[in-house]
Amino acid sequence: MDFSWMAWTLPTALFFLTILALLIGMGVWEYVSPGGNPRVGILRFETTRGDRLFVSLLGSAFIHLAWLGLGGPDLWWALALSVVYAVGVFKLV
Amino acid sequence: MKTHATAISTAQTDAAQTLRTGTTQAAERRPGTLPLPARRTKAGVAWLVPTLYIVFLMLPIYWLVNMSFKTNTEIMSGVSLFPQTPTLRNYMVIFSDPSWYKGYINSIIYVVLNTIIAVSVALPAAYAFSRYRFLGDKHLFFWLLTNRMAPPAVFALPFFQLYSAFGLIDTHIAVALAHCLFNVPLAVWILEGFMSGVPKEIDETAYIDGYSFPRFFVKIYIPLIASGIGVAAFFCFMFSWVELLIARTLTTTDAKPIAAIMTRTVSASGMDWGVLAAAGVLTIIPGALVIYFVRNYIAKGFALGRV
Amino acid sequence: MQKTWNNKAWFMVLPVLVLVAFSAVIPLMTVVNYSVQDTFGNNEFFWAGTEWFTEVLESARFWDALQRNLFFSGVILAIEIPLGIFIALNMPKKGLGVPFCLVFMALPLLIPWNVVGTIWQLLSRADIGLVGYSLARLGIPFNYASDPLHAWITVVVMDVWHWTSLVVLLAYAGLVSIPDSYYQATKIDGASRWAVFRYIQLPKLKRVLLIAVLLRFMDSFMIYTEPFVVTGGGPGSATTFLSIDLVKIAVGQFDLGPAAAMSIIYFLIVLLLSWVFYTVMTSSDAAN
Repeated sequence: MDFSWMAWTLPTALFFLTILALLIGMGVWEYVSPGGNPRVGILRFETTRGDRLFVSLLGSAFIHLAWLGLGGPDLWWALALSVVYAVGVFKLV
Repeated sequence: MKTHATAISTAQTDAAQTLRTGTTQAAERRPGTLPLPARRTKAGVAWLVPTLYIVFLMLPIYWLVNMSFKTNTEIMSGVSLFPQTPTLRNYMVIFSDPSWYKGYINSIIYVVLNTIIAVSVALPAAYAFSRYRFLGDKHLFFWLLTNRMAPPAVFALPFFQLYSAFGLIDTHIAVALAHCLFNVPLAVWILEGFMSGVPKEIDETAYIDGYSFPRFFVKIYIPLIASGIGVAAFFCFMFSWVELLIARTLTTTDAKPIAAIMTRTVSASGMDWGVLAAAGVLTIIPGALVIYFVRNYIAKGFALGRV
Repeated sequence: MQKTWNNKAWFMVLPVLVLVAFSAVIPLMTVVNYSVQDTFGNNEFFWAGTEWFTEVLESARFWDALQRNLFFSGVILAIEIPLGIFIALNMPKKGLGVPFCLVFMALPLLIPWNVVGTIWQLLSRADIGLVGYSLARLGIPFNYASDPLHAWITVVVMDVWHWTSLVVLLAYAGLVSIPDSYYQATKIDGASRWAVFRYIQLPKLKRVLLIAVLLRFMDSFMIYTEPFVVTGGGPGSATTFLSIDLVKIAVGQFDLGPAAAMSIIYFLIVLLLSWVFYTVMTSSDAAN
């Protein structure tokens, strides 16, 4: 079966492997301490750590897009900003 | 005769007035009169709204049916509410040409395949979601739902290559599998709603009575949620039947759905309005038949079994 | 219902997971791969980095389509939700009228989407259509193919015709689930029609209305077939919504890179909106 049409590249492969690793990591974390540490954060509804990861990832995607649209093609700064944002989400939301 | 007509027109004016001033009138109503469900005195009013709405819904369909019985010369020569020279030619064209009627057979084959696949894989999954908590269950459920919400146009782009790689292009199973993208999440959602309404004690009693899980599921549980299965099947049928973008992307000739044949043939033969209308009428019939069978559950189904 | 913790339930979900992942995850990964590369066919790809994303984000065409689509969804919700509730409130609750109403109201939902477009095309044309012809006789030269406003009216009325029944049926399902005792209480209190709606019916409808808003928003946000058949996205690009634009770029121009980048941005917006709706829905469930 020919899968060359999927056009894999090293960066995109690394990207999906990172996502996969994050999901597995969250699974293991959840297995070790079940329940997902639910709490009501600044968004005024209950979130678990899985929700916080989702908010972090989705937010990061929009941070990258905004950086591309408003700033320039240098995405390392957007990545740094996303990490700060993700830490904030895990602390506060 | 005359008085009768006057009575009707008065009733209609009355109804229109209530529509306009509905809230003020109701607010002035004396205490002790029931405001809502049993307003027997104003029965005519309550009927007016659904009737007008159904007339609005049926008018375009009537126009389609009307056109399907007209000749093309009559269609082009002006607008008339009834066919002046009724003809079955348009329907004969469809029923005598395999490239037309095979489209219906193709559509029905992949729709039925899709319904069977979607409901049978959704059943155990919905049971798991309704009875158990497990690792990542809520996120899994949300992920399934996002596939129902995602625009097919986003996925249609690589679908052709994906199904080519598996040698499935222009087969019924390809369309059936592709439609699972939105139908499986929907079926899980609906069935989970219906299953949550079945008390858990039933499962526990069955286990105590010595039923194995598969036997319990088939013998006891499935009959209990039969209406839910019917509704889920109806919705899978519906969304697979009406979808065109993906079905058209994945088929070329042998599995081409009727809806796609309609668009192609029309542009080629220079607008045969009569045949187009007849083909349209024929695509409405299966839907109408299916609705009739689930009419008592349809409202609950649209609420995804959650009312 | 109190659920038991059981990780073996994963095996029951596995078939669904495999099936949906096949049709969702592989295409989505492919779209991501395409979005950072350029191709001239033959499965030969060249690294393009973030070029396509910048191109899409800086194109007025994309933002116009997005604005148009958001405006369309807003108009659709503003018309269909109140109209649907109003019709559901006036539907008979028992008797022969109930199945009659349900069957006829559900009918537009089961018509293939391109046939819906065809029906409205046949109805609106000034030469052969009932509505177009009648308007022309009244002195209104209705032409959805050349006048953007007329095209919009046609597309919006068509969507109201097509989907209001979904809201009606959902709201109706919510209404019939309200026990009679609630109405008896209002009878004793002598509550007004509005008070009954505001304090009894609306709170009970909240759940189904959230589903209605979610489904109607998402489906109008991905609308493709019906306006495509009627107007083809025109006149000009007056009714070119996001999906229509996307298919034009991907299939019409075969620009895989820009189409993929646009798909991802489109998908992210849908993901964000679904999450907001879903969170509102589940947290309002938890509150009850």
